Amino acid sequence: MSSSRAAESSLLALNQQEELEDLPREYPLSTSEDEGDSDGERKHQKLLEAISSLDGKNRRKLAERSEASLKVSEFSVSSEGSGEKLVLSDLLEPVKTSSSLAAVKKQLNRVKSKKTVELPLHREEIERIHREVAFNKTSQVLSKWDPVVQKNRQAEQLVFPLSKQQSIFAPIEHVVSGWKARTPLEQEIFNLLHKNKQPVTDPLLTPMEKASLKAMSLEEVKMRRAELQRARALQSYYEARARREKKIKSKKYHKLLKKGKAKQALKEFEKLRKVNPAAALEELEKLEKARMMERMSLKHQNSGKWAKSKAVMAKYDLEARQAMQEQLARNKELMQKIQVASESAEEEGGVEEEGEPFVPDVVNEVQVKADRPNPWMFRNHSGDTKEAEVQGDPEELAEPAAQEAPESEEEGPVVAEEILLKEFEERRSLRQKSGLNQIAKPVGSQEAKDLSSQEVLSELRALSQKLNRESHQSRKQELSSTRTVLAVQREEPAGEEEEPLLLQRPERARTLDELEELGKEGCFQNKELPRVVVEGQQLERNPSNHLGVPKEKKRKEQMIDLQNLLTTKSPSMKSLAVPTTVEELEDEERDQRQMIKEAFAGDDVIRDFLKEKREAVEASKPKDVDLTLPGWGEWGGVGLKPSAKKRRRFLVKAPEGPPRKDKNLPNVILNEKRNIHAVAHQVRMLPYPFTHHQQFERTIQTPIGSTWNTQRSFQKLTMPKVVTKPGHIIKPIKAEDVGYRSSSRSDLSVVQRNPKRLSIRHKKQLKKNSVD
Amino acid sequence: MKVKMLSRNPDSYVRETKLDLQRVPRNYDPTLHPFEVPREYVRALNATKLERVFAKPFLASLDGHRDGVSCLAKHPKSLATVLSGACDGEVRIWNLTKRKCIRVIQAHEGFVRGICTRFCGTSFFTVGDDKTVKQWKMDGPSYGEEEEPLHTILGKTFLLGSCASDRNIVLYDMRQATPLKKVILDMRTNTICWNPMEAFIFTAANEDYNLYTFDMRALDTPVMIHMDHVSAVLDVDYSPTGKDFVSASFDKSIRIFPVDKSRSREVYHTKRMQHVICVKWTSDSKYIMCGSDEMNIRLWKANASEKLGVLTSREKAATDYNQRLKEKFQHHPHIKRISRHRHLPKSIYSQIQEQRIMKEARRRKELNRIKHSKPGSVQRVSEKKKRVVAVVK
Repeated sequence: MSSSRAAESSLLALNQQEELEDLPREYPLSTSEDEGDSDGERKHQKLLEAISSLDGKNRRKLAERSEASLKVSEFSVSSEGSGEKLVLSDLLEPVKTSSSLAAVKKQLNRVKSKKTVELPLHREEIERIHREVAFNKTSQVLSKWDPVVQKNRQAEQLVFPLSKQQSIFAPIEHVVSGWKARTPLEQEIFNLLHKNKQPVTDPLLTPMEKASLKAMSLEEVKMRRAELQRARALQSYYEARARREKKIKSKKYHKLLKKGKAKQALKEFEKLRKVNPAAALEELEKLEKARMMERMSLKHQNSGKWAKSKAVMAKYDLEARQAMQEQLARNKELMQKIQVASESAEEEGGVEEEGEPFVPDVVNEVQVKADRPNPWMFRNHSGDTKEAEVQGDPEELAEPAAQEAPESEEEGPVVAEEILLKEFEERRSLRQKSGLNQIAKPVGSQEAKDLSSQEVLSELRALSQKLNRESHQSRKQELSSTRTVLAVQREEPAGEEEEPLLLQRPERARTLDELEELGKEGCFQNKELPRVVVEGQQLERNPSNHLGVPKEKKRKEQMIDLQNLLTTKSPSMKSLAVPTTVEELEDEERDQRQMIKEAFAGDDVIRDFLKEKREAVEASKPKDVDLTLPGWGEWGGVGLKPSAKKRRRFLVKAPEGPPRKDKNLPNVILNEKRNIHAVAHQVRMLPYPFTHHQQFERTIQTPIGSTWNTQRSFQKLTMPKVVTKPGHIIKPIKAEDVGYRSSSRSDLSVVQRNPKRLSIRHKKQLKKNSVD
Repeated sequence: MKVKMLSRNPDSYVRETKLDLQRVPRNYDPTLHPFEVPREYVRALNATKLERVFAKPFLASLDGHRDGVSCLAKHPKSLATVLSGACDGEVRIWNLTKRKCIRVIQAHEGFVRGICTRFCGTSFFTVGDDKTVKQWKMDGPSYGEEEEPLHTILGKTFLLGSCASDRNIVLYDMRQATPLKKVILDMRTNTICWNPMEAFIFTAANEDYNLYTFDMRALDTPVMIHMDHVSAVLDVDYSPTGKDFVSASFDKSIRIFPVDKSRSREVYHTKRMQHVICVKWTSDSKYIMCGSDEMNIRLWKANASEKLGVLTSREKAATDYNQRLKEKFQHHPHIKRISRHRHLPKSIYSQIQEQRIMKEARRRKELNRIKHSKPGSVQRVSEKKKRVVAVVK
């Protein structure tokens, strides 16, 4: 403000508008100064004028000089009436009408419209402003380093030199070319070399070497390595798998595998025949070749060593015989000539392949029997055998059969059946689990133990049929209530076993009601009362339910316990209500005590302290040492204790220690554990960076040596903060090293180029700063 | 039938060559290792003692100058080359590995005030009291050449970067015409040195026995006051890692300060070393050189107890472990006492005592003044604020 006014005052007083704006502010001031208390009327008049001039239009009336001024001076004209300077434009006002002065007026206007030039600042001031700006700029530029510096300060480890220098290979010819022989000795040597035409500047690097210098980038290497690794891993997986499969000793498995493969090959061949006949022909040729080979060789002729040994055994051993047969079959198969032409033949072959071709039926049967537990073989046979099995031995497949059987019988209401069956299952499992019902339990156990599974099956079937019937009936009724009705209907035959489950829901609701009631009553009644009431209610409501009682009781007790928790507040409420009835004098005291008691209801400080002290005394007492060895000189073992006599004999009584220092101080615990000798080695004050002693203790307690740590963690723990390489020059940090581009020069140069063209506002601000 | 047997992979217990270490299976269960802390404490104590035993920092003394050494300069490319200028205008170039002087140049008449090498290391400049700046070739004169400067700039010496004259520090930006800012301290500042790793931090060596580390963006309070010297500090140089700096003082000793600590971690002195005028930290951060009044340049280890030469990996691991142990137990009284113990010449020792008394008296007086004056009328000024007289914009 002050600065702006000063600046204005320094301006030439040509700008009339500004002046006009300023006037009303100065007007009252000047009058009060000059006139003092001369006459109130005029003052009032002027005030009015001032107020009227405030309305934005800035009308201005020149005050008339109505009377002589008090201060009459011969040196100057008093402008007391107006209280302001005379301005050139004022004088020109009356000549407005005359047109002869238009040119003058124009000139004047031109002068007026010209902006005034600011007075140049002091040289020192300008320099200071420049310095200020430059400093701000520089410190701004410098603060780009903050993150880097911060990072380096906090770094776990700094390795110097920071930038890793790429070792540059300078080919020797480059080095040599820049060097000239100067001394006579050198010149002589060079002459010799030149005479012998030794290659001085020949390229000493072969193209291969150059290529190796330009090795592939790190990323490429990484990618390639990853690829290779993946390939290797895959290969190793396959190898492992193959090895594993090879290791399987089961002949059956291999046989099956082989068969599977043969089938697969056949299928593929079929497909190939359809798609690509030429390729199929080639395949056929291969087969033909195999046949030829087989015919030439004696491989499957039962003439090998193995076959001979088998032949010996064949008389007695069925398996051996089979094996021989198989070999022969194989021989036959391989020797068979393949007809290409007719489809029917192929079909036949296919059929033959499907049903195992060269083995007679009897053999096949035997195999089936032998392979009974084998899942692969089992899959091969069709549905009828399965049925036979189910009928034959129902123990094995009781449950699936049970599920399948009704399906086969009645296919209509499948969904309902399933639901019912599921429900039944659930009930059964629940019954078995809960074991609450005393009647249900024997039934369940009977079911489990006595009845054979076949009986169970029949029972199940009967039940499901019945249920089906019932479901048909119920479907006629409302759909929504089906399930519950069914459950009820089913109960009747089943007896009372489902009772607890059915009863559960209403009972729960009841207990909830009771809870609400209790909530109401709880404030006024004792906690024991509601239980009785509840029990009474309970008994009233289900007198018929004798069986469920014990369990229900348990549950009810639980509920009421919960209620207890809720109602524990009642005594305190009472105590607060009590004082109204007690006499007033004792009232306050007791009240306070009560209050304190209530406030510290949880913690009995004195007793706690006494307990603590007792514990401390106990802990500080020297302990007896028991040296008895169980089983030494007598029988020992689990549950046997050494005899009392022996224990007495080997018990070393600890000597009574010196009396405690706080023996006669009931309110004090003196810690006698402090070891004076250790104090010299202990840290007395918590050292600086730590805020809590536990932090410090923890750092001390974690060992860092290799005795207690693995090699890796030892290395990590003992990592030095700063690592320097011997013989390497550490250069000062550079913007390029950290990833900045050195653009600071350009921003600074901008400032330097036009330091005088700083905006006026900026300059003013700076000036103000400097004043402050 | 396959018989299952216990089998062990010999790879897990047989070493490949006889030079391999035997594998020692080890159970790291902490319950099996009681007394970890006491054992480590003892190790730390031993490490501290050994550090003191092996603390022999003095390496070599380079003599040859015929007057006090006034300035030192490092070669930017070669670690082994050092340049020194003496008070009689002589410049010498030294080879540190041979510990010999390679070249002697009578560069100026009167003091050699400063030496500066070119960034590429091909030449160097000297400034003398005879109002000349001369540029010299780094390599010796080749065969048949005369020993003479490449260029000589006569006349008034121009100022590249001024730091101190009448007890103030002025900051310049070379790219601009104007200086940036000026701090006025209590007494004259002899040298400033910028932290090579932290661009805005510099340390000023002052006549009032202290060093002041400033952040150039906030000059009104120093970041840290480093005090331990008992006489004017003449020179300061940062280690290239930016973690420590070394200061040379008129009290015939040099001290090494961590950047963020106000007390020195090391003091070097010898009986024969007089007022130390200049000091430099070599650019591999391993050695310190100081030039002193009695015409010698001395070479010190930056880390007094460090073993020089190539270390085996086990030695390295052991030193790292010991270092970490010392750090871990540094607050324990015995270890602290031993690690802080230094022998000092009697003069320095007695001066330290004296100054401690003086400081205590000053503090007491201030406290008394506060106590006996109207509360609030005397303000306590922090030590850091006290040192800066004014900041001129």
